[in-house]
Amino acid sequence: MSEAILKVEGLKTSFFTDDGEIPAVDGIDFSVNEGEILGIVGESGCGKSVTSLSIMGLLPSPPGKIVGGHIFYKGEDISHAKESKMRKLRGNDIAMIFQEPMTSLNPVFTIGEQLMEAIRLHNHLSKKALTERAVELLKLVGLPRAKELLKEYPHELSGGMRQRVMIAMAMSCNPKVLIADEPTTALDVTIQAQILDLMIKLNRETHTAIIMITHDLGVVAQMCNRVVVMYAGKVVEEGLVKDIFNHPKHPYTEGLIQSIPDLYGKKDYLHTIKGSVPKPGSIHKGCLFAPRCEFVMDKCRVNTPELLGDSHKSRCFLHQEKA
Amino acid sequence: MFYYSIKRLLMLIPVLLGMTLIVFAIIHAIPGNPALTILGTKATPEAIHSLNRSLGLDNPWYVQYFSYLKDILSGNLGTSIQTNSPISSEIWPHLAATIELSFVAMIIAVFVGINAGIISAWKQNSFLDYTAMILALIGVSMPVFWLGLLEQWGFSIKLQWLPSIGRDDIRNSVDPITNLYLIDTLLRGRLDQFWMVIRHLILPAIALATIPTAIIARMTRSSMLEVLKSDYIRTAKAKGQRMIWIVYKYALKNAFIPILTVIGLQTGLLLGGAILTETIFGWPGVGLYIYNAIQYRDYPVIQSGILVIAFIFVMVNFIVDLLYGLFDPRIKYR
Repeated sequence: MSEAILKVEGLKTSFFTDDGEIPAVDGIDFSVNEGEILGIVGESGCGKSVTSLSIMGLLPSPPGKIVGGHIFYKGEDISHAKESKMRKLRGNDIAMIFQEPMTSLNPVFTIGEQLMEAIRLHNHLSKKALTERAVELLKLVGLPRAKELLKEYPHELSGGMRQRVMIAMAMSCNPKVLIADEPTTALDVTIQAQILDLMIKLNRETHTAIIMITHDLGVVAQMCNRVVVMYAGKVVEEGLVKDIFNHPKHPYTEGLIQSIPDLYGKKDYLHTIKGSVPKPGSIHKGCLFAPRCEFVMDKCRVNTPELLGDSHKSRCFLHQEKA
Repeated sequence: MFYYSIKRLLMLIPVLLGMTLIVFAIIHAIPGNPALTILGTKATPEAIHSLNRSLGLDNPWYVQYFSYLKDILSGNLGTSIQTNSPISSEIWPHLAATIELSFVAMIIAVFVGINAGIISAWKQNSFLDYTAMILALIGVSMPVFWLGLLEQWGFSIKLQWLPSIGRDDIRNSVDPITNLYLIDTLLRGRLDQFWMVIRHLILPAIALATIPTAIIARMTRSSMLEVLKSDYIRTAKAKGQRMIWIVYKYALKNAFIPILTVIGLQTGLLLGGAILTETIFGWPGVGLYIYNAIQYRDYPVIQSGILVIAFIFVMVNFIVDLLYGLFDPRIKYR
């Protein structure tokens, strides 16, 4: 793999509410290499989506704000870039697809208008060339009747088709990085598999790096090269997918893996991680996972572990002691 | 769409019939005798009786009602008791005056209201938002007659910028063709008169526009706030689109249905003639026409006037219903 195209260093994003500052992302680091598929995994509310919106510069502001750290795209810090600069990057260099295909397309404009706009914003093409490119994109994402589809409205399409349109829109300007924020969560399982296959295919063909944000370890296992596990706004483990699945170095990751239902296994109760993700800002010292951890030690409640390791990093005293 | 239009038009018939019946009933429940009004209080009972007979007022109510209906269907709105001339030809110049005034007022209201609403929603909780919404609150609460008087005092009397009364200058009156003076002056090639008509329109149009402006602004704001939070707006941002474009193109089209409803209702109301505004500005519109008829107990004029207003109101909303489909492709007409 080649050098990092996108690098996040110590990113801190907070929401400023009437109750004060609520840190949603608390100093995370990761990087994505060219052409790589990186998974970001975690429960709801752990800061995955906020991370992706921070990268895109699309945080709802106020109340959201990047309060620390850097985001490097091709070596340039874009964490506080001007809106005009970000507009040029968005859709062109870094594109994004969202969780809800049903509501992510504008209901009162045709597929063609929305798709061609995405192309036109970053390319100067004639009307004919625009249409050709739009048809080509729809075919690329495996949609039949591409020409007719251009004249149809989102409500005339199924969820899977809409997500394909969203992917076509995101891929329209050959972005270097594609952020996919739970792109399959709202779809049923067969469509989910098709969409994932499509994304893998696009990654191979266009060499676009993909950041796959998900809470589904199955998706990670199927798609990703490397994975970052997030918990309560922090990275708790990072490494190659095979390492993390075979030798998880954090009790939280272990818990996540154990709670994957086994298709052929004995029908028993599914493993759960007791409790829920702490409210951001509610734990001030010690490991954030300590209240839910089966292996909690005394020092876990007092000291905050660091993210340590070479290619397989983890933020856990237990595993750092073993090493 | 075509069948839907026909169906909707047919459904208007019972509505309008009901209107005629209600208007007829209310007018006849009002105490007072038109013959007495025409002849004066010193009239002899014989004179009153014979006038009642010649006007058909001695017939039972249902005979009066059906003869009235028959007349309407043949395009005859009856004869004014007061002026003794046919209402159908008398009402048009008044209606034209009202249409012209309402049209200009609605242009102001739609332009100012929608922009104020959009800016409020876009810059929610900012100084601009608060200012616009406070102005909107004042707009809906301020009595129109008072605002009209203030305008006349400020712009006509103190500053002497604009005329305070009427549709044109008495010494330079417009020679009507359609009775829509903005069109008539252009048809006659009188640009000086066109400008004069506009100057006469400004003050009453602003007074008339305040309430619709405020209502449209508030509706636009709440509708836009909801739309601006939606996922497809985020998608548009993720494409790298400019915010101003997103707001005016993407969001507005989505937010437009409730705004269109309000515009339709307000247009219907204005076309019904704004009695207060028309009285203050001496505007010879349909509101003033009906107001005078009521004072005179001119039953045929009141009936026809209200019927025409009801008809216009219903038609405006019918058109709005058809327009919904233009803004939202998900709306299907069956």
